[in-house]
Amino acid sequence: MIKFFLMVNKQGQTRLSKYYEHVDINKRTLLETEVIKSCLSRSNEQCSFIEYKDFKLIYRQYAALFIVVGVNDTENEMAIYEFIHNFVEVLDEYFSRVSELDVSFFNTVFHGTWQAHSSPYQESIDEPPKICSALEPQQACFSPDSSFKGAASTTPIY
Amino acid sequence: MPGQRVFLHSRTLPVRMVAPSLKLQDLIEEIRGAKTQAQEREVIQKECAHIRASFRDGDPVHRHRQLAKLLYVHMLGYPAHFGQMECLKLIASSRFTDKRVGYLGAMLLLDERHDAHLLITNSIKNDLSQGIQPVQGLALCTLSTMGSAEMCRDLAPEVEKLLLQPSPYLRKKAILTAVHMIRKVPELSSVFLPPCVHLLHERHHGILLGTITLITELCERSPAALKHFRKVVPQLVQILRTLVTTGYSTEHSISGVSDPFLQVQILRLLRILGRNHEESSETMNDLLAQVATNTDTSRNAGNAVLFETVLTIMDIHSAAGLRVLAVNILGRFLLNSDRNIRYVALTSLLRLVQSDHSAVQRHRPTVVDCLQETDASLSRRALELSLALVNSSNVRAMMQELQAFLESCPPDLRADCASGILLAAERFAPTKRWHIDTILHVLTTAGTHVRDDAVANLTQLIGGAQELHAYSVRRLYNALAEDISQQPLVQVAAWCIGEYGDLLLEGNCEEIEPLQVDEEEVLALLEKVLQSHMSLPATRGYALTALMKLSTRLQGDNNRIRQVVSIYRSCLDVELQQRAVEYDTLFQKYDHMRAAILEKMPLVERDGPQADEEAKQSKEAAQLSEAAPAPTESQASQLLDLLDLLDRASGDAQHPPPLDPSPGGALVYLLDLPCAPPPPAPIPDLKVFEREGVQLNLSFIRPPENPALLLITITATNSSEGDVTNFICQAAVPKSLQLQLQAPSGNTVPARGGLPITQLFRILNPNKAPLRLKLRLTYNHFHQSVQEIFEVNNLPVESWQ
Repeated sequence: MIKFFLMVNKQGQTRLSKYYEHVDINKRTLLETEVIKSCLSRSNEQCSFIEYKDFKLIYRQYAALFIVVGVNDTENEMAIYEFIHNFVEVLDEYFSRVSELDVSFFNTVFHGTWQAHSSPYQESIDEPPKICSALEPQQACFSPDSSFKGAASTTPIY
Repeated sequence: MPGQRVFLHSRTLPVRMVAPSLKLQDLIEEIRGAKTQAQEREVIQKECAHIRASFRDGDPVHRHRQLAKLLYVHMLGYPAHFGQMECLKLIASSRFTDKRVGYLGAMLLLDERHDAHLLITNSIKNDLSQGIQPVQGLALCTLSTMGSAEMCRDLAPEVEKLLLQPSPYLRKKAILTAVHMIRKVPELSSVFLPPCVHLLHERHHGILLGTITLITELCERSPAALKHFRKVVPQLVQILRTLVTTGYSTEHSISGVSDPFLQVQILRLLRILGRNHEESSETMNDLLAQVATNTDTSRNAGNAVLFETVLTIMDIHSAAGLRVLAVNILGRFLLNSDRNIRYVALTSLLRLVQSDHSAVQRHRPTVVDCLQETDASLSRRALELSLALVNSSNVRAMMQELQAFLESCPPDLRADCASGILLAAERFAPTKRWHIDTILHVLTTAGTHVRDDAVANLTQLIGGAQELHAYSVRRLYNALAEDISQQPLVQVAAWCIGEYGDLLLEGNCEEIEPLQVDEEEVLALLEKVLQSHMSLPATRGYALTALMKLSTRLQGDNNRIRQVVSIYRSCLDVELQQRAVEYDTLFQKYDHMRAAILEKMPLVERDGPQADEEAKQSKEAAQLSEAAPAPTESQASQLLDLLDLLDRASGDAQHPPPLDPSPGGALVYLLDLPCAPPPPAPIPDLKVFEREGVQLNLSFIRPPENPALLLITITATNSSEGDVTNFICQAAVPKSLQLQLQAPSGNTVPARGGLPITQLFRILNPNKAPLRLKLRLTYNHFHQSVQEIFEVNNLPVESWQ
């Protein structure tokens, strides 16, 4: 069972976090810093599964962003690994070449996508465009404001 | 203008202009612009103040925006509890934008612990029955994320209705909500069990996946459901078979595998259904073989499915051929270049090693290779698996590998590796010499990480291997000469040198090259250990004792040793000081006994440290008993003095005078140690006094855990016609015993067999001196005062021996 889902960048800033079990708010920041520390200390040749306290962490790196999923013992790690990639593919489809900037500015969208795409107990791989179309009516009020252009780079993360 | 409120009051009041509230994007911009943590905190605090004010004012138009900002701030780790009531208001509003943020807020901010969460139950109920799909979807999502037990119970019927809706979007969510409800309130399984079988017929993968998850949950929670769902095993097998055999389908394919997530989930359910059930397992056998062989393993998705298949094969009653297939698949995984796969393979092999030991043994070389991995997770797994694979035939080879690993492994694995090696060596050692060598090697490489009992084990082992004494003491001497920092090694070496110092100096040992060791060198080395600041107090103790033992083993004179011992008489460490003082006394006064005391240690049994101590000390006590006949004689003369004490007799304990310092007095504590006690036979009661119907009985108890203790209960009974009042009993014992009188139960024994008085005497008799007891009674009977003094005769021997 998935315990939490994090998107943290290399500097340790949390871009998105979703907890499926109650964790105190001050413990969350602690958890996130420790998790990102253990992920950053791994090199490219090491495997993507870490044991942390009583969770297993499965992480994938996309440019400067780490996506980390914490699970308990009963999950198939490789399926989760595949699932993270699937999620990123959906985002890519929705945002057309999604970047970290998109993640930080539209995290409410991300919450919605996450809900539509998955739940803590299942992974569903409806094809990305289908998910996006399901999102449309909900995201109407959050469409990217074209008048806004960030100074930061918008390098795609996928 | 949005976001601007202008209050126009009478002219006397100023016009108030409120700054437009920030949009979420603007807030994010500001936060990103903050250069330091303190700046960010400032920005956020300012904004939170605005948000709080806005909530207080109750502006409905921008509430959703304020809450969205609050949620962002919450995600960054700042407190946001004041937004909880706003979530409720937003959910209750009719605008979709409001509802959306409101539900999101409810999911993030509300949870079971706050009572406020129950308030949204009604809103959810209304939204669920509304019929607008996105709204219903939102409500279901929220319910599945944070629904508490009460909410689930209330809303279960609504969710069940939605399970049968035509729209797959809603049904998916409804099923997931059902899963959550089952977890919270297992009794609801009766509600959700019937639709499951029907839902399995769906084509839509999302619904299928949800249903399988729901069935998995139901089966895990209740054995009745498990039995019920065993009927659907053929159907599941069919679904999986279709998935595996149908060709490429654009909708559901991930890198060539058709919906791997659904496959994995079905396999997991099959595992639960097939566990411990022959029939279902048989139905699955073919399918599992098919999946295992047909899946494309070039990409991760295929490997994920294969992994799950292997797990399932391992758990159910599968055919032998299938199990071998599973192990071979894992073996193939081990050779894969992708580390993730190797990791899962090692984990699963560890689980398998108990049941299919021989099959896993075939892959031993690959496992051992994995020890060389740089990745910490992998090497840890490889270590555990290697230790599990050690058996009597491969122990030498494996130990070599493991010892090489020990030298190069990261520090956090060292302790595990060391203790693993020691355990394996203990179980499978082919020869004693190999065993000693192995332990020695572990101590030199990773001495600080071994467990505490390694020292004791090693000394016991060496002590037992008589033929290897010379060999071990030489090797330990060499190791010690090189390095005195590893404490366990130093302790063992010091002990050995002390015990077998004579063998060390003899010079000849066929198994190791001859080494001329000088007496002075040995003493110098032990002194170095004593003085080194790296040595623990325990190590120093070992070294000092070793020096003492050498005083009998070595030929030369003992001046140097005596000097060292007398230096330590004033050491600050109490333990060391005591030893030094005792050893010094041994030199000065009891030199004739030194050789006997410092003889070679007898071999101890291996049951445990407690037995060792008792055995050692009882043997030493036996050695000393011939040397100390005097103390008993001196005590015998004191026994006759006991009766003078009676005039002062009261309830206080009587203290024996200090014992004369007898030979071996410094070691007299050894004699005090309890030997293994004989089984306590019950000691017969004794009637000691009878006068005119008043009777006094003594009963004896010797508690087995403390043989020096004797408990005497006196019972005073009255069978006469008159009451006994003001009854007082006093007692005296020889000076070498200690007596304690406890308070009597009363002073009066009523006539004609009334309630007797009882009183407990505690007598401590550590020297097992013969027990003599004198009693003095005073009481009133028949209006007469009676006083009796007498010594108790015929005390049973068992009361003091």
